[in-house]
Amino acid sequence: MLRADNLFKTFNPGTPIENPVLRGLSLQIDSGQFVTVIGSNGAGKSTFLNALAGDVIVDSGSLAIDGQDVTRTPGWQRAGLVARVFQDPMAGTCENLSIEENMALAYYRGKKRGFGASLNRQLRELFRDKLATLQLGLENRLPDRMGLLSGGQRQAVSLLMASLQPSRILLLDEHTAALDPKTAAFVLELTDRIVQENKLTALMVTHSMRQALDHGHRTVMLHQGRVVLDVAGDERSRMQVTDLLAMFEKTRGEAIDDDALLLG
Amino acid sequence: MTLIALMGALEIGLIFALVALGVLISFRILDFPDLTADGSFPLGGAVAATLIAGGHDPWLACGVATLAGAAAGLTTAWLNVRLSILQLLASILVMIALYSINLRIMGAPNMPLIGSPTVFSPLIGDNFDIAWQVQPAMLAAVIVIAKLALDVFFASQTGLAMRATGANARMARAQGIATERMVLAGMALSNALIALAGALYVQTQGGADVSMGVGTIVVGLAAVIIGETLLPSRTLWVITLATVLGALLYRLLIALALNADFIGLQAQDLNLITALLVGFALVLPKLKAKMARKAGGTR
Repeated sequence: MLRADNLFKTFNPGTPIENPVLRGLSLQIDSGQFVTVIGSNGAGKSTFLNALAGDVIVDSGSLAIDGQDVTRTPGWQRAGLVARVFQDPMAGTCENLSIEENMALAYYRGKKRGFGASLNRQLRELFRDKLATLQLGLENRLPDRMGLLSGGQRQAVSLLMASLQPSRILLLDEHTAALDPKTAAFVLELTDRIVQENKLTALMVTHSMRQALDHGHRTVMLHQGRVVLDVAGDERSRMQVTDLLAMFEKTRGEAIDDDALLLG
Repeated sequence: MTLIALMGALEIGLIFALVALGVLISFRILDFPDLTADGSFPLGGAVAATLIAGGHDPWLACGVATLAGAAAGLTTAWLNVRLSILQLLASILVMIALYSINLRIMGAPNMPLIGSPTVFSPLIGDNFDIAWQVQPAMLAAVIVIAKLALDVFFASQTGLAMRATGANARMARAQGIATERMVLAGMALSNALIALAGALYVQTQGGADVSMGVGTIVVGLAAVIIGETLLPSRTLWVITLATVLGALLYRLLIALALNADFIGLQAQDLNLITALLVGFALVLPKLKAKMARKAGGTR
């Protein structure tokens, strides 16, 4: 379970480019829940995810994962609790390392790293089996360099890597935004499968209202660093993109001028 | 070129192979542009020479020199990681500081080791005629051990974590790797190797000199770049092999250039030749790519 309480974060405080991104954001997510997050540019989606992962330490408020307070815990120490897939396919993997080395890195997430060999026959077998489920033929390319894969393949491998070790929450930061529509659909389908199979608690940021309603159990909308909309259950399943828009406009008392939200 | 001159070039090449492996760790694996080498190489030399001249065991002297190098690397990394000083600047600060420290250690600008026992003495014995064979052979053994040990380390869980730190620090942290500790450890390892090279160097040259470090980093980098150009690879054991071969080839080319009378080059031209060689090695991959493109275009 994840509990974020009254989070505040301001970038460049006390300067002309001061930017208050999180302004009292609170959100509670139950175990096994798959939440989609939408919001216009600058709403604080990515900062919120970075705060959960520990890339950004919040100015005030509190963060707890599974009852464990992690408000001030540096990112690398949270890795046992938090798995993530980045928006940029380059960001989530090391392009100069091989596929198997990347997977080995993820295999030791949250574990102690010693001086034993990072790869062995058993691990390669495991990686091959996991890769085979993607049906991309990657199971025969373990020693290939990660940089040789396409963006979609890399995101698919990133998803596998995120599920190699158990985590309390999986963070997906617009992880299909850099992909073409067909590949994006494949990666989304894979996301659903991996989240379901591993019964993961997940938070998926997306730019598309369609995606937000079609995937997961619950949808949250951020605006100006706070949660302005939170729908789940029947209310959500009856909802259309237009309803979501109407609710957003009503809540905020302003019209949306971000085309990306409408067109996605 | 005589055989003895060739072996001499090989001997220095082997010592600089150790430097090159250290440079490989900082510049390539950690992506940390580190100039500490110009200080840690003479630091290793100064520590070893002082201890040996003081009657201590040469192997112990090498060990202490290696630790001193690790401390130097740790200092540079600490300035960068904890105090957020730019990598290049942090290493220059340590390099400059080491100049004074090296003078303090030796108590004089140089320290001769003529007649003192070295790590090579037991095998050479009283027969100094075989020194030119024994020294390169022992150094070759040291290099082989160092290369293989590095290969094993970088294939380990911790070694892989160190490589990930240099390749993509954000991803490494997301995988639970303490990237700051990895930079500290990697820089210590890098400069430990370079200081060990310095310790061995003074024992082959018969003494330490405070200015012996000038240009160490350029030579190390030259070896790395020549190796990469000759044997391009992403596989770690091939990269370390290429680095060692690059160092040997570099010294061999230098020796050839200096020995070929018809070119008219002399010892003082060394740094100029180095700059030209490194420049050529840097441009070569681009030239190759250009030629490949041209060949493809006419088809």
